[in-house]
Amino acid sequence: MSLALIVALPFLGAAIPGVAIHAGRNAAAILTGAITALALLLLLSHAPAVLRGELVQTRIDWLPALGLNATFFLDGLGLLFAGMILGIGLLIILYARFYLAKSDPMGQFYSYLLLFQGAMVGIVLSDNILLLLIFWELTSLSSFLLIGYWKHLPEGRQGARMALAVTGGGGLAMIAGMLILGNITGSYDLTVILQNKDLIQASPWYLPALILILLGAFTKSAQFPFHFWLPHAMAAPTPVSAYLHSATMVKAGLFLMARMWPVLAGTPEWFWIVATTGLVTMVMAAKIAFFKDDLKALLAFSTVSHLGLITMLLGFGTKAAATVAVFHIINHATFKAALFMSAGIVDHEAHTRDLSRLGGLRTLMPITFGIVTLASLSMAGIPPLNGFLSKELMLEEAAHTTWLTPWAMGLLATIGAAFSVAYSFRFLAHGFLGPVRDDYPHKPHDPGFGLWAAPAFLALLVVLIGLFPMLTAEWLVDVAAGAVTGEPVAVKIKHWHGLDTPALWMSLAAIGGGLLLLGSYPRLRAIWDAAPRPEAKRIFDGLIEPLATLARSVTEGLHNGNFGRALTLAVLTIAGVALWAFLGGAHAAGTRALLPIDPVVTGIWAVMLVAAAATPFLHRNRVTALLLTGIVGLLIAPLFVLFSAPDLALTQISVEVVTVLLMLLALHFLPKETPAESPVPRRVRDAAVAGIAGLGIGGLAYAIMTRQPAFDPISAFHLAQSKPGAGGTNAVNTIIVDFRGYDTYGEIIVLGIAALVIFALSETLLRNPEVTRLLATRPRDRESGDRHPMMLVVATRLLLPMAMLVGVYIYLRGHNMPGGGFVAGLVFAIAYLMQYMASGYEWSHARQRYDHHALIGWGVLVASLAGVGAWFFGLPFLTSGYEYVSLWPLEKFELATAAIFDLGVFLCVLGAVLLTLASLSRLALRTGERANTHAYDTEGGR
Amino acid sequence: MEALVAIAIGVLTAVGLYLMLRLRTFPVILGLTFLSYAVNLFIFVSGRLAENAAPIIGSSETYADPLPQALALTAIVISFGMTAVIMIMAIGGHLSSGHDRIDLGDDA
Repeated sequence: MSLALIVALPFLGAAIPGVAIHAGRNAAAILTGAITALALLLLLSHAPAVLRGELVQTRIDWLPALGLNATFFLDGLGLLFAGMILGIGLLIILYARFYLAKSDPMGQFYSYLLLFQGAMVGIVLSDNILLLLIFWELTSLSSFLLIGYWKHLPEGRQGARMALAVTGGGGLAMIAGMLILGNITGSYDLTVILQNKDLIQASPWYLPALILILLGAFTKSAQFPFHFWLPHAMAAPTPVSAYLHSATMVKAGLFLMARMWPVLAGTPEWFWIVATTGLVTMVMAAKIAFFKDDLKALLAFSTVSHLGLITMLLGFGTKAAATVAVFHIINHATFKAALFMSAGIVDHEAHTRDLSRLGGLRTLMPITFGIVTLASLSMAGIPPLNGFLSKELMLEEAAHTTWLTPWAMGLLATIGAAFSVAYSFRFLAHGFLGPVRDDYPHKPHDPGFGLWAAPAFLALLVVLIGLFPMLTAEWLVDVAAGAVTGEPVAVKIKHWHGLDTPALWMSLAAIGGGLLLLGSYPRLRAIWDAAPRPEAKRIFDGLIEPLATLARSVTEGLHNGNFGRALTLAVLTIAGVALWAFLGGAHAAGTRALLPIDPVVTGIWAVMLVAAAATPFLHRNRVTALLLTGIVGLLIAPLFVLFSAPDLALTQISVEVVTVLLMLLALHFLPKETPAESPVPRRVRDAAVAGIAGLGIGGLAYAIMTRQPAFDPISAFHLAQSKPGAGGTNAVNTIIVDFRGYDTYGEIIVLGIAALVIFALSETLLRNPEVTRLLATRPRDRESGDRHPMMLVVATRLLLPMAMLVGVYIYLRGHNMPGGGFVAGLVFAIAYLMQYMASGYEWSHARQRYDHHALIGWGVLVASLAGVGAWFFGLPFLTSGYEYVSLWPLEKFELATAAIFDLGVFLCVLGAVLLTLASLSRLALRTGERANTHAYDTEGGR
Repeated sequence: MEALVAIAIGVLTAVGLYLMLRLRTFPVILGLTFLSYAVNLFIFVSGRLAENAAPIIGSSETYADPLPQALALTAIVISFGMTAVIMIMAIGGHLSSGHDRIDLGDDA
């Protein structure tokens, strides 16, 4: 369970900072940190087992038949990544607390951060690949929120959109690739897939799957040619950049390649695609980084370059290279996060991150300078820091790899390393060395401890791993690399490999070349500026724009704001498809025995049809149209009775009454006439469309009724189990409150929400001065002189208790006879509605003791309690139980928990109807409707 | 009998759609109500027609299919909620804009 808890914690906690921010920024930061720390502790509690080489697993079956299970597993690779995500996450939380300005909504930031963190941890701990894919897309979505956090910046929004389009699109490709893998192996569990290397690599689907999965990994890890989104994502606040681009988001692609390494690597296809992409990305991005003036842009391209380096190592397909890749993942996370945070500090203090406006910060910001020196020397690969260790191992691997020719890989890797040295030194030299200037936008000095603590800690790690690699990192590299390669790894990390290793000379050449490049920077810069370069953003926009135009034209074509057009299109399309399907099939006449024509039913049917058919002709007078509608609705009820559906008949009658009353009330605010607007051809066209649909639906209904079901309906079960299973003889009611109780539970909540929406909308209208002015000045309809007729008032008073008695009776008998909570609620509602009609809103409302909102709330709560109650008996939510009770002097009767549930239904329905009425009435009061204070308030009477 | 019910469903659908194709809110809402009648009836008759067979255990020899009835029952109540929400939206639209046309723009 606890692996699932590690993943769930950040998601569960994501709401907390949003609330805690009201208690201050420190509270939000501390709580966010506490959630992350708790998840990290849970993770570390499994570390000993993982280090012993065990596999920690958590399995929650959901739909095993479809392979949909929440399964998690933790091995060395997962431990490394989850540790990085949560550990660096903690540092980022601390850093962000002091980095973000007062005007930035910090609660939101931490919420987004936790969502993102949870998605990342989900990726690295998932066993089920479908689950992994969901988390994968969640990182794209949550990083969108983080990158676009500064919503007021257009670059932020565009950068976020570009990142989402590229990484989300790659994720879609990856879904296809993963599903292919699942099909080949017959399992969606990674632990199973990873055992089937031979099966997968022998499959003809290997190459398509490989390409699709790599599309996902390359887009996420910003590999050429998908690298362009990463620099644009730098519009995000620096804590986001530091988190996403050092330890998390972009490493997800690497994680995936490492995770799938045992089954996908080792083939020529893998080598050529992955190693080549990595190599090209590494060299190209290192060169661009060298010419970037913006500190964050420089770091962004340097990140792309280092990701390329790691990709290349994974692409080699050898155990040794994969081990180096794992080691460099750790090292890159430490120095790059420190550098990003330092760049943020410079930006924060000097109000610029432009290298051409900086320089000489060494004496002004000594602490930051110290951190940057250590981290950038590590990035350059200068001994004895940790970046040196993995870079030298990388060069050694490259030197022994044949790519096109035996020496090309080594040469290009050295060139890439030289550029890496050059941009690292440029970061340091142009930013911090040189004379102090007097034209900084803001006089910089070192920030407070809170801001430099996190990068300083990381710089310390850089040094410690650099000095004592065997003590600090070797064990972690061993288990992680062991998980990647599937074989035990015992790596030896050394500073000195001897004079006869090529890596030593390549390292020296890279450092020398880097210094040379930096020395000739002004001349190279002039060449760079003069050379034409493809502008990634323009190309991307150029690709996206036609798609957006296409999408817009399709949408406009289907729905241009003309409702009739959209409806006509939809009806004709459905009718066309249905006709096509009908003509394509073979048809036999229905064989089901038909019911004889019943004269009573025919009479009702005829009246109903006349009323319905008259409506289109008389609909301009809206009151008439409403009355005709009501007639049709009421006449459906006897049809239900005759066709053996008494429950439906009761519901239909009561709903119809309430609907017509509310519509009459609504008509008060609307014109009473519909003007004749549409020309005759349009009316004919509409009639034809409606006629086609009517013919189709009627025909379909006839076809269904005259044939036996193709499959036996499941109703036999409900009929058989109604009494023994649910303790009621009314099978419809037992379905509603028992067998399908969960559906009903959802339904009453929807009904409650609908009523609240109506309330909210009417409140909004009441708050709008324009609307209230309009309401107060609209022409008054002629009022009846007898607004509250005495006969009606007296009759409704008498009827109220009787109606309620009927309601209670209907409620109580519901389980065994037609009735139930729905109908009872409506009967109560009608009884109240009649009071409102007879005596006016004000008078009745003053005597109404229960708040409508509370009624809805209580309804949902009672229904929930009825459901939760089952838990105390160890049963699933909403399992009902019943018992026969004898209570003198009554006969033996039955008590069912379903009755409690039905009470909830009753309360919710009652509250919803009354709230709707109250909302409309409150609007009516604004029309200058005079509130009556006396029950028999008559105009002419006094 | 089946033919009569099928005709009723067809007519209710056609009337509902015709009213929904009008240009003002109120007829559209009435049309939606008609369409709800048709749909609820349709769901109900998918359990086939039966006379004197209410699904009350012990009340008769054979029983009508209770499942479509339960579905239609909830559908009736939800249709009511939906109609009420659209109604308040129509009122709001009318009060805010001064007219009750449903289409954007003039190309109706």
